[in-house]
Amino acid sequence: MDTAQYLDIFLDESREHLETVSVKLLELEKNPEEKAIIEEIFRAAHTLKGMSATMGYNDLANLTHKLENVFDGIRYDKIKVSPEMIDIMFAAVDHLTAMIEDVAAGGDGTRDVEEVVNFLQILEKGESPKETAAPVAEKAAAGTSSGMAGLDEFEMTILGESKERGFSNFEISVTLTESCLLKGARVFMIFEILEKLGEVIKSEPAVSELEEENFDHSFTVLFVSKHDLEEIEEKVKKVSEVESVSVKLFSIDQFRSSQEEEKPEKTVVETEVQQPASEQEKKEAPAKKQAKAQQNKTIRVNIERLDILMNLFEELLIDRGRLEQISVDLNHSDLQETVERMSRVSGDLQNIILTMRMVPVDQVFSRFPRMIRQLARDLDKNVEIEITGAETELDRTVIDEIGDPLVHLIRNAIDHGVEKPAERAAKGKPEQGTIKLEAYHSGNHVFIEISDDGAGINREKVLAKALKNGVVTPEQGKAMTDQQINQLIMSSGFSTAETISDVSGRGVGLDVVKNTIESLGGSISIESEMNKGSVFSIQLPLTLSIISALLVELKEEKYAIPLSSIIETAIIHKEQIFHAHSKKVIDIRGKVIPLVFLSDVFEVPTIAEEESDYISVVIVKKGEKIAGLVVDSFIGQQEVVLKSLGDYLSSTFAISGATILGDGQVALIIDSNALVK
Amino acid sequence: MSQDKQDRKVIVFQLRDEEYAVPVTRVGSIERIMQITRIPRTEHFIKGVINLKGVVTPIVDLRARFGSEEVPYGDATRIIIVYYKDMEIGLVVDAAKDVIDIPESIIEPAPAVIGTVDADYIEGVAKLESRLLILLDLEKVLDKQEAALMQLDA
Repeated sequence: MDTAQYLDIFLDESREHLETVSVKLLELEKNPEEKAIIEEIFRAAHTLKGMSATMGYNDLANLTHKLENVFDGIRYDKIKVSPEMIDIMFAAVDHLTAMIEDVAAGGDGTRDVEEVVNFLQILEKGESPKETAAPVAEKAAAGTSSGMAGLDEFEMTILGESKERGFSNFEISVTLTESCLLKGARVFMIFEILEKLGEVIKSEPAVSELEEENFDHSFTVLFVSKHDLEEIEEKVKKVSEVESVSVKLFSIDQFRSSQEEEKPEKTVVETEVQQPASEQEKKEAPAKKQAKAQQNKTIRVNIERLDILMNLFEELLIDRGRLEQISVDLNHSDLQETVERMSRVSGDLQNIILTMRMVPVDQVFSRFPRMIRQLARDLDKNVEIEITGAETELDRTVIDEIGDPLVHLIRNAIDHGVEKPAERAAKGKPEQGTIKLEAYHSGNHVFIEISDDGAGINREKVLAKALKNGVVTPEQGKAMTDQQINQLIMSSGFSTAETISDVSGRGVGLDVVKNTIESLGGSISIESEMNKGSVFSIQLPLTLSIISALLVELKEEKYAIPLSSIIETAIIHKEQIFHAHSKKVIDIRGKVIPLVFLSDVFEVPTIAEEESDYISVVIVKKGEKIAGLVVDSFIGQQEVVLKSLGDYLSSTFAISGATILGDGQVALIIDSNALVK
Repeated sequence: MSQDKQDRKVIVFQLRDEEYAVPVTRVGSIERIMQITRIPRTEHFIKGVINLKGVVTPIVDLRARFGSEEVPYGDATRIIIVYYKDMEIGLVVDAAKDVIDIPESIIEPAPAVIGTVDADYIEGVAKLESRLLILLDLEKVLDKQEAALMQLDA
């Protein structure tokens, strides 16, 4: 089968299933008795196994299979959940993730997983990995005499349904003679006979093991058939070298009650009605699909296609602008009405296209609980995470970029923020520290806050360090507000932890975090109180693709200035311009603002024009600093679609991108950060 | 002669009184001259950007790139959109002539100096009946570092 076309879907879905397994494992650690969680993990692992086997990634399928076996054991209380066990499970999930990424990178998904497989097998036997540290040789099938070890939900369903449809369930135990040489061949013959009579649901040991002769002399199969007991026994006995065959009716109810007394599940009534086998098969498939469809009613669309859709839509917008102009010029009422209606529809369309690109921040958040658990264990700290607002939506491009900065901030909070349990107890705080991760919408922005109840930022320490590193002078330091001090930790070359740890503290992080967030058009602020904790608050634009901007004119050229950086606009008489340190400045409400003449900065070709006595100034901010950008005239505020200038022009001074105006012209977007000094 | 598998299909365009060629596989489209938005403080041969079906596309003036005298754009002026490192870039040329097949066998290495263009930017020349086609090496023509070097030489 050519599976290449399914690769993307396979990768996407595998990642999703692994994600589910990760998340649920964490929950399981907290609620080891919760069967619903195990069911969900099991289902995810099972699907993953099936998919990877279909795609031909056998290593992936094998490891998942081992994982699945352990979950199976947990399900039937053969295995107890312990933190060590969860660690091994996570290690297995890590391996699986690495394999998937290998496949994504064009590899074949193979990987040396012997160690973790051994551990999983130890777990599967219900032993604690601590007691048996040495790897144990492969012997997956434990004791065939005890009959069926466990059935998964799918098998249960088939067995349950078979009865409704008139099939009988049999448990057939076959023992081959001691002298049997070709056990595999005998097994094959027996299976061939059985396949003619009905359907093998499960075998102990598994069929693959049987074919490889990985069993002593006996095996058991669960078998669904419409033939009677004697007939089956008779036919199986005809195979030579079979010592004994015992066929007995298998009762699913008894099996259930014996395996899981506490698990409430509806029982299936046994009836005897005849039904051909093929129909039964048909029934299985839809039953499984239905369960899946209910989970998620979405389709996957390549983000590139959404980009193309967006581009096409923008072209439409440009034509709409033209059409509006024409209808005004012609003053034809029918035309005007139609154009107005079209404008409304395209406005709705724009909203839909934009929301299609939005994804919940959960995509980023969901990986944090596990990371925090691991970090806290590594650092001997007791930390819990609380997540709220994971459903808050952000543009896909922002989501892709925001992961790393958040990871850094969380690591920072655990490493520098939350104290060790003993220290916390001494301060009269609960031993368990809490990190809160909160996301919410506000206006055209999304806020993400990371707060901890740890030590807070130590003003003295930060200041001492800043002085030592020459970031500030002693005079400056004294005058600084707490807020300004807090901002200092985001300047480069900063690390206040006394010992540099693996986790954070190389001092290269927080300024990178700040830069990344600012490059996304967002901002970050810190609030902190000694011994109470700190809050890092990130403000992000809802979408990167559409921004509000002020359009301005420089001679005949049009430029856009993002509204987010503008404080106000002003028209000022030339006489109000002063000179200070050979620079032109203006005084607005007692504040001296340096002027930047954009026509000079951008070397706009001059055209003969009568000099006006007034100048138009756009006052912009960059952090605490402000500057006045001098333009020729204001055109007005407009929502513009942000376009990249592309790699060829990426390093253009003071230009952050471009947009296409209603008349189809390209206008450049000014990066005022580069102009404020 | 078009049966020859070694043919190379090229787009021929005019710059001054010379004919140049680029492979059709590298050409996205040929556009008439349109509104170009100037990009401040960039290389002198980058004339700006255009709106090419919703994509902001940089425009390189080949006359300026090769250091020859620039003329106002006219009716014949064309923008040839070429692919370069996963990007689309527009080349301003005096006129687009035609699409022809050049047999690989008649392509010769570039002589040291030919016309206006430095041999470094030329992949080869092809003599075709009465015409002389200069095959441009787009990688080098569009490489900004190459351009910076040329500025130094001048």
